[in-house]
Amino acid sequence: MNKFTQHQGIVAPLDRANVDTDLIIPKQFLKSIKRSGFGPNLFDELRYLDEGQPDQDCSGRPLNPDFVLNKARYQGTSILLARKNFGCGSSREHAPWALEDFGIRAIIAPSFADIFYNNCFKNGLLPIVLDEAVVDQLFAETEASEGYQLSIDLERQCVIKPDGSEIAFEVDAFRKHCLLNGLDDIGLTLQYADDIRDYETKRRASAPWLFDTIK
Amino acid sequence: MAGKTLYDKLWQDHLVRQNEDGSALIYIDRQLLHEVTSPQAFEGLRLAGRRPWRIDANLATPDHNVPTTDRSTGVDGIQDPVSRIQVKTLDENCESFGITEFKMNDHRQGIVHVVGPEQGATLPGMTVVCGDSHTSTHGAFATLAHGIGTSEVEHVLATQCLITKKMKNMLVRVDGELGTGVTAKDVVLHVIGVIGTAGGTGYAIEFGGSAIRSLSMEGRMTICNMAIEAGARVGLVACDQTTIDYVRGRTYSPTGENWDRAVEAWQDLVSDDDAEFDTVVEIAAADIEPQVTWGTSPEMVTGVSGEVPNPADEADAVKREGYTRALQYMGLGANQKITDIQLDRVFIGSCTNSRIEDLREAAAVVKGRKVAATLKQALVVPGSGLVKAQAEAEGLDRIFTDAGLEWREPGCSMCLAMNPDKLGQGEHCASTSNRNFEGRQGFGGRTHLVSPAMAAAAAIAGHFVDVREFVKQ
Ligand code: SF4
Repeated sequence: MNKFTQHQGIVAPLDRANVDTDLIIPKQFLKSIKRSGFGPNLFDELRYLDEGQPDQDCSGRPLNPDFVLNKARYQGTSILLARKNFGCGSSREHAPWALEDFGIRAIIAPSFADIFYNNCFKNGLLPIVLDEAVVDQLFAETEASEGYQLSIDLERQCVIKPDGSEIAFEVDAFRKHCLLNGLDDIGLTLQYADDIRDYETKRRASAPWLFDTIK
Repeated sequence: MAGKTLYDKLWQDHLVRQNEDGSALIYIDRQLLHEVTSPQAFEGLRLAGRRPWRIDANLATPDHNVPTTDRSTGVDGIQDPVSRIQVKTLDENCESFGITEFKMNDHRQGIVHVVGPEQGATLPGMTVVCGDSHTSTHGAFATLAHGIGTSEVEHVLATQCLITKKMKNMLVRVDGELGTGVTAKDVVLHVIGVIGTAGGTGYAIEFGGSAIRSLSMEGRMTICNMAIEAGARVGLVACDQTTIDYVRGRTYSPTGENWDRAVEAWQDLVSDDDAEFDTVVEIAAADIEPQVTWGTSPEMVTGVSGEVPNPADEADAVKREGYTRALQYMGLGANQKITDIQLDRVFIGSCTNSRIEDLREAAAVVKGRKVAATLKQALVVPGSGLVKAQAEAEGLDRIFTDAGLEWREPGCSMCLAMNPDKLGQGEHCASTSNRNFEGRQGFGGRTHLVSPAMAAAAAIAGHFVDVREFVKQ
């Protein structure tokens, strides 16, 4: 997994609440058996004027000029500014894969849907929750000045504005640790293999039917 | 000390390790797998040279991509090459890792969330996960069931555990008696309308109260299925005699002495009387009428006697903007009556409403009637091969086809249109599924979520009607 320590980049404002995972990556692209290559289809229905198909070359497709990520001033965006309940809907990890493949490293919103929030951390993507009023302010600043950039320091848990002022954010210690070090969860969990076996032994004694075999 | 909620008990029973930072390792009793969210997980295992921790805790079936028409040519007959590869990849992965799979042409195949409970692979008191957000369905069995992402699917395969954090407790209590023609689907749509699509974020929602207790297991599954549409990864209903009666005698249900021990243990799968919930929402069953969604989020819902809202009446700017965009996408006008919405297609199916009881409900409405001539298509897609067989044994298939509805093979079908069943641009569909997001049922398609009875009545009328009035005619 990619590490995330510090990042500075262009911010794009996606001004709409309840952005769902079908919007982030429509289902026809879920047919891939790979993890990569979803970037060109990120926000497919918002980004293009035609209906996208899997395995299609997107370079010649008609772009929707009104969509924020298509605007010249937001080219190279790596920080997405969003509204509440971002990532609601399905559990598809294709959503963070598409964001990551597109080049997004962090998303700032007043709230995220649980499964999506979780999936981001597994893919080196940092979701940052800030107060709605603070997010409103960032929307205003981003829209007001072309080329607006933010810096993010995960170690210190803060977003740094162009004027040097800092906004603190919360992130739980375990997720932070994994992201800072690019750690693989499975390897970490397998360090506790003995605890898992102990649990199984006890549980098998008290609830043996849970260990009936599926066949 | 306050008592424990059902969720607290399930959490406690599965806790392998509590870390100081608040994260925890919980044990997973059952994982269900399907073709869309598992290939990258198996690939990950292979790349790392890992084996599944407990092969016999997994059960797989393809559902999202399978055609619902003729399957006589098998997987090779799947038209779309990308879909075909995905289904084949699941077959290959299950074969090479030794995981039990109900393949496409197995009579037990179906939507994972229909198959698990039907086989007794989902049992009270278990933890169940699947790479699918509607895994919340299984909570109807007093089971702690989460939707997870693909990285977590791989994690569970490799370790039989999930790293997670304890959620908060919410109780949604629905008391009183549901009116005739008001179903579990209407209850959950109404609840989502009240608490919003983010209302349950961070919570495990337990559904309780006399109206919930009186529901069948099918109804409880419908409710828990849509907990995720209220933002909650977990929905729960306490265990009672209805639960135990449903589970008895299923393929993977315990037998003999184990059954007796299990039933005894399951008596405790209820929230204690003095349990404290972080949030309690009370709803009067009598206030609920048949529901119809008018927008592009499940919270954009109203009763069938209502009308599409006027965005101008909405004080909150973000909401107003959202309403305006939704009406534009849906091609509806402010204050338009719900019963004036004309339909192009009707879809009865999905993990929300494709069980035998749902099909009975729909069949009772269409029996002896004909689908409106203005409709392009009305589909009935059973949730599993076993549901299909049961419905056919009861003659429901004939009732549907006589009325002009199509009777299909089991799968997700038009719920998310990954197979050829989809809406055309601008088409309105009365759907018994769970999501009305933009493009969900096809590019530019317009979905209205309703109960099976409401969908059936709409199929006959060609537009929405109040099923309570309709059946009297
Ligand atoms: S029926 Fe629909 S919601 Fe249910 S698992 Fe299939 S695609 Fe997902």
